[in-house]
Amino acid sequence: MATINELKERIHAGSSEEIVAEYLERIGSSKLNAFITVAKENALVRAKEIDSEGFEGSLAGIPVAIKDNISTKGILTTCASKILTGYVPPYDAHVIERLKEAGAVIIGKTNMDEFAMGTSTETSFYGPTRNPWDTDRVPGGSSGGSAAAVAGGEVPIALGSDTGGSVRCPASFCGVVGLKPTYGVISRYGLISYANSLEQIGPFATTVRDVAALFDVIAGYDPRDSTSVDKEVNYSSALKNDVSGLKIGVPEEYFGEGTDENVEKAVWNAIHTLEDLGATRIKVKMPHTKYALSAYYIIAMSEASSNLARFDGMRYGLRTEDSDWHTTFSQVRAAGFGDEVKRRILLGTYALSAGYHDKYYLKALKVRTLIKQDFELAFKDADVLIAPTMPYPAFKLGEKIDDPLSLYLADVDTVPINLAGVPSISVPCGFSHGLPIGMQVIGKHFDETTILRTAYTFEENTDFHTREPEGL
Amino acid sequence: MIAKKDLEHMGWLARLELSEEDKEKYTPRLNSVLDYFGELDEVDTEDVEPTYHILPMNNVFRDDEVNVPAKPLTQEEALSNAPKKQDGFFKAPRMM
Repeated sequence: MATINELKERIHAGSSEEIVAEYLERIGSSKLNAFITVAKENALVRAKEIDSEGFEGSLAGIPVAIKDNISTKGILTTCASKILTGYVPPYDAHVIERLKEAGAVIIGKTNMDEFAMGTSTETSFYGPTRNPWDTDRVPGGSSGGSAAAVAGGEVPIALGSDTGGSVRCPASFCGVVGLKPTYGVISRYGLISYANSLEQIGPFATTVRDVAALFDVIAGYDPRDSTSVDKEVNYSSALKNDVSGLKIGVPEEYFGEGTDENVEKAVWNAIHTLEDLGATRIKVKMPHTKYALSAYYIIAMSEASSNLARFDGMRYGLRTEDSDWHTTFSQVRAAGFGDEVKRRILLGTYALSAGYHDKYYLKALKVRTLIKQDFELAFKDADVLIAPTMPYPAFKLGEKIDDPLSLYLADVDTVPINLAGVPSISVPCGFSHGLPIGMQVIGKHFDETTILRTAYTFEENTDFHTREPEGL
Repeated sequence: MIAKKDLEHMGWLARLELSEEDKEKYTPRLNSVLDYFGELDEVDTEDVEPTYHILPMNNVFRDDEVNVPAKPLTQEEALSNAPKKQDGFFKAPRMM
């Protein structure tokens, strides 16, 4: 896999058009189904422009793939749902504006679980994406297309979104690096909302350096997102091969029942590697972790039931034959949404409805407070926390999709981070029977620089990130 | 426990038409998830405040000016994706 710096050298010696054409060819011959839309014409035209303009910007001429829930002006954006059939956004998301300013070339829109609701990219209306390490297995989700595209060498960098693990899970299953920033660091303007109090856009790449380079471009204040935070940080300058004196907290609750033995071993080995490099390890207690999953799903479904009310076939997307007002909306939504989206809307509606609001929604928000306090307490002593990203490596296509609860349980280690709003980066730390394992380095609010430095130091002293899937 | 009748009510509230098959299929699955959520009952949340947003949020005010902070879509752009439109308007189904 080529890194941004390697590609830059090739672009300067040759052209962006040549590089973009190479990636387009790989995408064209791929069996992974990582893309919903390949923006071939747009990408080649843009690459030519950059070649003639003289490579302005930190990502000049570099191809990038975008999860299909991020609005791209003039390029089909579907959220992997039938209900957004034919929807072409008339404006760009903030992150897309930033990427364009930096000279990046948008090569296509990647597959995902419908409306980002899933852990396997199997709920997509456009069929599942396959894992490059074993095409009988899922790439993780919901940003499975972005992670598989990067791992499969179909694009060097990509964007996903992470509501309850949707960047980190596929990064872990596909053996790439993925970052979920602190809530508020990246503008959500133009991100089609699923659970707005939890989600953040996040970068994917094959190295921590490239993740930081992409993050530097897309992070920053945007007045169009009222939750956007005004902070200017240069993340790439935080990349130092040094963890001396770093205090690593290890929450035993994240190594609980159901965690694969090889995953546990790989993550502990990684912690010991960092200790050998000068970090110290402390135990931290996060007693409310086991309740995070329920609290997360109640909040996410409740927010989803409200956010997805806008899809009614009036302004965009699918429209069925008109009847009266309510019947038309009900039929458009019945025809346009898939089963998992319908289930989440129904349960979210239930959790917010009169008589159940306090028992479910309000209770979940209170448990969220306790989980947030667990993190605050742990970070009194620790600089970062390290835990498995996923309890096991990638599972088989079809293995869990018929039992929603078993699929939800896979998110046990990722959802607490979104409830607390803290940043977390998943990096490759081992293999189990040829499948990648990821560990997450979790940080304090707005302390991305420390988790990036920790991940970078680990990467500089190990070679897990250099392995590539075979037979693609 | 969600009964079929509850599901029909949720479907109505969410404007989501459910077929008989959907109702049969969803009821046990939704109940198994709801059953799992029941574990929150064992958490003591007496005197715990709810967290709606993770960072301290205040209302964001701005001057009431056109094109701030974003330029609005033109009528043509706004209508560009509408499945049905007429005379520069979105065309909705009849009310009754």
